[in-house]
Amino acid sequence: MWVLLLLPFLGLLWVPFYNSASPSLFGFPFFYWYQLAWVPITAILTWIVYRSAGHGDEP
Amino acid sequence: MTGAAELDWTALSVCIGFFALVTIMGFAASRWQKGTADHAHLDEWGLGGRNFGTWITWFLVGGDFYTAYTVIAVPAQVFAIGAQGFFALPYTIVVYPIVFAIMPRLWTFAQAHGHVTAADVVYGRYGSRGLELAVAATGLLATMPYIALQLVGMEVVIKALGLTGELPLIAAFAILALYTYSAGLRAPALIAFVKDIMIYIVVITAVAFIPYKLGGYSAVFDAAGKAFALKPPTPPSGLVLQASQYWPYATLALGSALAAFMYPHTLTGIFASKSANTIRKNAILLPAYTLLLGLIALLGYMAHAAGIKPATPNDTVPALFRTLFPSWFAGFAFAAIAIGALVPAAVMSIGAANLFTRNIWKAYVNPAVTHAGEAQVAKLTSLAVKGGALLFILFAPMQYALDLQLLGGLWILQTFPAVVFGLFFNWFRAPALLLGWAVGFLGGSYIAYMDGLKPLHTVVVGGASYTVYVGLLAVLANVLVAAVANLALRSTGAGAPRTA
Repeated sequence: MWVLLLLPFLGLLWVPFYNSASPSLFGFPFFYWYQLAWVPITAILTWIVYRSAGHGDEP
Repeated sequence: MTGAAELDWTALSVCIGFFALVTIMGFAASRWQKGTADHAHLDEWGLGGRNFGTWITWFLVGGDFYTAYTVIAVPAQVFAIGAQGFFALPYTIVVYPIVFAIMPRLWTFAQAHGHVTAADVVYGRYGSRGLELAVAATGLLATMPYIALQLVGMEVVIKALGLTGELPLIAAFAILALYTYSAGLRAPALIAFVKDIMIYIVVITAVAFIPYKLGGYSAVFDAAGKAFALKPPTPPSGLVLQASQYWPYATLALGSALAAFMYPHTLTGIFASKSANTIRKNAILLPAYTLLLGLIALLGYMAHAAGIKPATPNDTVPALFRTLFPSWFAGFAFAAIAIGALVPAAVMSIGAANLFTRNIWKAYVNPAVTHAGEAQVAKLTSLAVKGGALLFILFAPMQYALDLQLLGGLWILQTFPAVVFGLFFNWFRAPALLLGWAVGFLGGSYIAYMDGLKPLHTVVVGGASYTVYVGLLAVLANVLVAAVANLALRSTGAGAPRTA
């Protein structure tokens, strides 16, 4: 499960993948909404790792 | 500066009102969250009793990591050069998986041995005074200009209110110094609640109301795109990156993320947590601030759409607020930014004071110092550190603070191998890590200096040239040298780490 934590690095550090204006969403060019979308995605991935490691029951 | 901003009484009154509120909270904080423990102990003054739960830590680290300078400087960069300035976003996203993987371990080790600073952890792990001193001195050196930059953030706001002279800045900082002295980490922790809620209100209002006034987000991006199209091709600017900016963008994001939680102020928030799980939960919850930062960055584009012509890029946000908001809300927003400078400045001075007390005073001046004595030295150091930062801002050119803060990021990143590797492997030994640190620190500083204090350096590998963040380059050299030196050391058996 820990490998999930590597996904944000792949998704965000490979810049040519998202360096474009289209498709835009709600007026935001792709470059911006794609990176903003990684904020909740990263939080959710981290939460999955947290649950699977059994930390959910710790104080 | 914007020069003759007119004195705005409504904005000024609102701003002073909130400032008075947090001042009272700052002094009252010494009694907040206090258990039965003895107050004359560095754990109490410098770490708030190591008892901050998930929400307090969330507000404290959020208030401390996303500084006032960020609120001013990130939109300023985005205003000036566009997409490249947005690297703060991937930086503050990838930082959290790093925090999640490393910081609970660091906390556990520090808690078990009563460590207060990163240099304590290093000494505890390796028993090397040399490596401890390297980490402590680097932390002190990197923090000082960072505190000075918080003053820059405050200065921008004070001038936007129409106040002149240095007296308001000196007064604000003197008040901050006094309540930090008396309440320690509890003061910024309590004030962080107010500051963060105010910043959330300001930013959510701004990102909803301003685009509505300016014709929606498409209009905002269009206006910024047109402004960049009129600019000369160098330095590169635009709504998306040029191919030459890919490496700078990615390496600045990664290097900054690795460095971020090596700073004394961010680590203080970590050490002050109640449990390792508090930190894990915060690694999941803190990205809410990153979303906020992404929206704050877009204020730079909104300034283009609103036709703002700031005197310097740093005036972009205050000028935008003064133009588009009614006076009372501009005053509220300026108060949020000014208070936003107080929280990190307080935590930075506490982090620096803890380092000085534990790893310089106790290590070299008075090894027999009592717990109460430690707390007293730290309190006085926090005053000295803030006084130094204030003098620096009043008398040195502002460019010095900016240059030193840039170098500070490079420097603090060089402590990463010494602080982190020992938590995971038993392989590295202190002399090798110290040599790696020296190569990274000196070599990185030299390269940055030769490049005219620019964060980016161009390297040629196999005929192709890459422009990368010099800090990341230096830490690669650091690790490489440490690994080679370690191989040599292990054959002699010297400098083995203590068992954890």
